This record gives sequence, C-alpha cells and structure tokens, in this order.
Amino acid sequence: MNFMASKQPENSLLGPEADSQRTLYPYVTGTSVVALKYKDGILMAADMGGSYGSTLRYKSVERMKPIGKHSLLGASGEISDFQEILHYLDELILYDNMWDDGNSLGPKEVHNYLTRVMYNRRNKFNPLWNSLVLGGVKNGQKYLGTVSMIGVNFEDNHVATGFGNHLARPILRQEWHENLSFEDGVRLLEKCMRVLLYRDRSAINKLQIAKITEEGMTISQPYSLKTYWEFSAFANPAQGAVGSW
Amino acid sequence: MFRNQYDTDVTTWSPAGRLFQVEYAMEAVKQGSAAIGLRSKTHVVLGCVNKANSELSSHQKKIFKVDDHIGVAIAGLTADGRVLSRYMRNECINYSFTYESPLPVGRLVVQLADKAQVCTQRSWKRPYGVGLLVAGLDESGAHLYYNCPSGNYFEYQAFAIGSRSQAAKTYLERRFENFTDSSRDDLVKDAIMAIRETLQGETLKSSICTIAVVGVGEPFHILDQGTVQQIIDTFEIVAEQEGPDAAIGQEAAAEGAAADQGGSTDEGVAPMES
Repeated sequence: MNFMASKQPENSLLGPEADSQRTLYPYVTGTSVVALKYKDGILMAADMGGSYGSTLRYKSVERMKPIGKHSLLGASGEISDFQEILHYLDELILYDNMWDDGNSLGPKEVHNYLTRVMYNRRNKFNPLWNSLVLGGVKNGQKYLGTVSMIGVNFEDNHVATGFGNHLARPILRQEWHENLSFEDGVRLLEKCMRVLLYRDRSAINKLQIAKITEEGMTISQPYSLKTYWEFSAFANPAQGAVGSW
Repeated sequence: MFRNQYDTDVTTWSPAGRLFQVEYAMEAVKQGSAAIGLRSKTHVVLGCVNKANSELSSHQKKIFKVDDHIGVAIAGLTADGRVLSRYMRNECINYSFTYESPLPVGRLVVQLADKAQVCTQRSWKRPYGVGLLVAGLDESGAHLYYNCPSGNYFEYQAFAIGSRSQAAKTYLERRFENFTDSSRDDLVKDAIMAIRETLQGETLKSSICTIAVVGVGEPFHILDQGTVQQIIDTFEIVAEQEGPDAAIGQEAAAEGAAADQGGSTDEGVAPMES
C-alpha cells in the first residue's frame, strides 16, 4: 500500500538520481603542494601538472594563485573545483574591497572562510575535491594553513597536501627552522619537490615557486629540477629481488 | 502649520525637502536620558545616566556589550535599542565564526546605518527611535560612532546624546583636543564629569550612572558600581551625601551596632496606634 514513505525533496543531493549532481570522484587532478614559513613570509611550491587519471595530460596548470593583497592559495585535487573556489574568493575579495574602508581580509580570515565553505560542502555530500594551502603575511604576521576536502583545517610552520604529507613533511620536520633565508627556503622546497618528482607518479618536472611577503606576491617562471637516475640501485632494480613463484 | 500636513507617514516629503517622521524619531532620541562617549587613541569610554522609574524598579539597561571589541550606549526608545543590539551581536558573532576575526567597527556601523535607512523608505515601517553611540576597536585603532534614526552615522572624538546632552557636549568641547593622548583612567574621569554636567546640580552617585570601557588589551566591559563610586569620590563632590549618613552613624555609635540604626532613629516617627 502507499504509505507515507519519506520522500526526498526534488533538489536533494542524496538518492540515485542526484548522483549526477554531486562530486563522486575527481577527474583532472593536481598533485602535492608544499609550503613553509621563512624569514620574510611564505614560500610555496607546486608543479604544473593536471593528471587525467593515470595520464599526465595537462602540463601548464597554475595551481597557486594570489588572493587579495595578503594571501596565496595553492590547491591539489580536482582542478575545476579549484577554479570554482577561485571564483568564490574573487567575489569575497571584491565585496571586501567595495567597503573601501581601509580594512582588508587577511590570510587568517580567508583560511577560515575556506574552512567554512569546505566543511559545509562536505556536510551536503557534495565536496569540493581539493586540499588547499593558504599562506600570507599581514601586518608583519606570517600565516600558513591548510584545509582538506572534508574541512579538516590547521595552521603550521610548514604544510603539504597529498603525497607531500608523506614525503615532504618528514624532510621539513628535520630541516625547517625559524627565520630561514629566502635561498635556504627555496633550497629546502626544491629538495622536497625533487623527492616528490622521483617518487610520486603524478608529479611532473615543471614547477613554480611562489613567495608572499608584506610587500606582495611573486611567482616564478616555470622551471625544472635537475634529476639523477644513475644511482646504482636503479641500474638493475630487480637484481636483488626475491621471486615469488 | 505646514509641518502637520506632510508628517503622516515616513514616505512623504515635505515641500522643503524634509521627512518629518524621521525628524520626529530624532526628537525621541533627544528625549531619552543622556549617553556620552569619548575616545583616545587606544581606549573608548561610554557613559550613561540611568534613571529608574521609581525607587522600587530597577534601572533600564542602556549600555550593551556587542562583542569583546564593541559596545553600544543608547538613548531614546530602549526597546528599539535592545533589538538593534541583538542585530549587532548577531552580525559580530557570524563574522567571527566565518573569519575567526573581529568584525571591524566601521563595517558594523555601516550595516546598522543601512538598516536604519530601510525604515525611512518603507511605508509600512517606522524609523527606529533610538540613537546609538557605538564604541569599538579595530585594526586602525579606537573608534566612536554615532548612528541616528535617519540612517546617518558620524565618527566622533567625543559626543553626547539625549536630554541635557548639550551641557555634556560643552564640557567635552572644551577638552576634546586632549583626549587622543589621555590615559585610560583620565578618560573614565572625563566621562564621569561629562555625565555630571547633564545632571545639572543633582548629586552624582554610581547608582544613577553606568560607565563602560573598551581598549587595547581590554575587552568591552561595564565598570562595577564600586569602582565607579571610588572614582566619583575622588572628585570630592559627594560631601552632601556624607551629611545624613554621618548623623545616623553617630546615633548608632551610641548603641555600638550599625544594625540598630533602624531602632535608634525613631525620633518622633512612631506609627500611631489606634
């Protein structure tokens, strides 16, 4: 009999037909972003790859963008969702500027705004499939934070997304210290990115390093890292391998 | 006169280009009991006169904490003031939640003014009958704003609203140039003195005035009566108040207990037994 079954409202994101309306899996993805605080501000690195599954399809994707006067956003995960986030932030900064009152949203405010957005989308089962890194300097205060697609957020002296967490963070934990010079910071980031290049199959050898300080943001031209593949262990990798059958 | 023809609703202009209903609303502010505000570079002090309807009732609340860094003093229809304070608190807390940062006072004040303006352009609404002195701190320092029912807002170094506020304004006008560099305690003293001006001869007691402070490193809070009374006492203007208290004290001393005050002062006021 036709009992009063609980019906979903038409615009619900749950139920079979709604699957076409919400994010189930990512398509074009970016890999790790690594960032650290240094003497004058924040340094952030990300390669320019956009993978389509296992294919390294797009090789000129800028995964780091300036936000307002004081912040820098780097993203890994679904590139189209990153572009959507940039659109939201564009509007946010626009309205902030329209007040025209000398106040401006700093990196802390942008980070928390993003946390709210990511968490709310996760609650609706329609996440923005990204891990974000937000860094900046305002009034001499350096800020570096991260938000994941489920809304987990925190600040730290160095952060990374995806594989970066497993391969880069340990290096940073050993070698990061307060008041790194610009050169040392870049060297440290390059060390992390090189490890990721060797070990992350979605990494490509074309990266950018972005810097944000009180004065503003600059992003380097794309460049590649020197790699060395002649390690003896790599020459005949299966040499000492134990056969299984 | 012409005034009465064009003052029926707020959406009617007068031939002279005035909205009388809005001006009447500003009158309501002038009738309310006084509120004053003054600021230095790092602190803002609000003060108001709290008259209770009768000895039996409590005083009306005229100073509201809106957030740790913002407070407001009102004059006029206190019910309207209460509702607007709730709006302000809401805006502050929503901003704090989203951005983990305090809402800049300047923005709150504009939102408040826009809200007031709406009521001057709808035929089914009336203007808010309350003037607000908004005191707050943001990145650019300490601020004091006055929001009026017309939807206008102004920033002030010092201001007074409500009945007999002109006396306070005169006092403040004489000294405002020094306020920027005043210490927090001097600012509080000046606030209390300004309130005294509005009382025009009446004794200044901490029970009829309320003082609140917000400053760098000092969240908005209302000073407790004891503290205010101590400051008042330093002015040496409560000499009259010591008179009656001293007399009762002398008689009680004979009995040796303050509790006997009631019994010892029955000089000729014993109820007549029938």
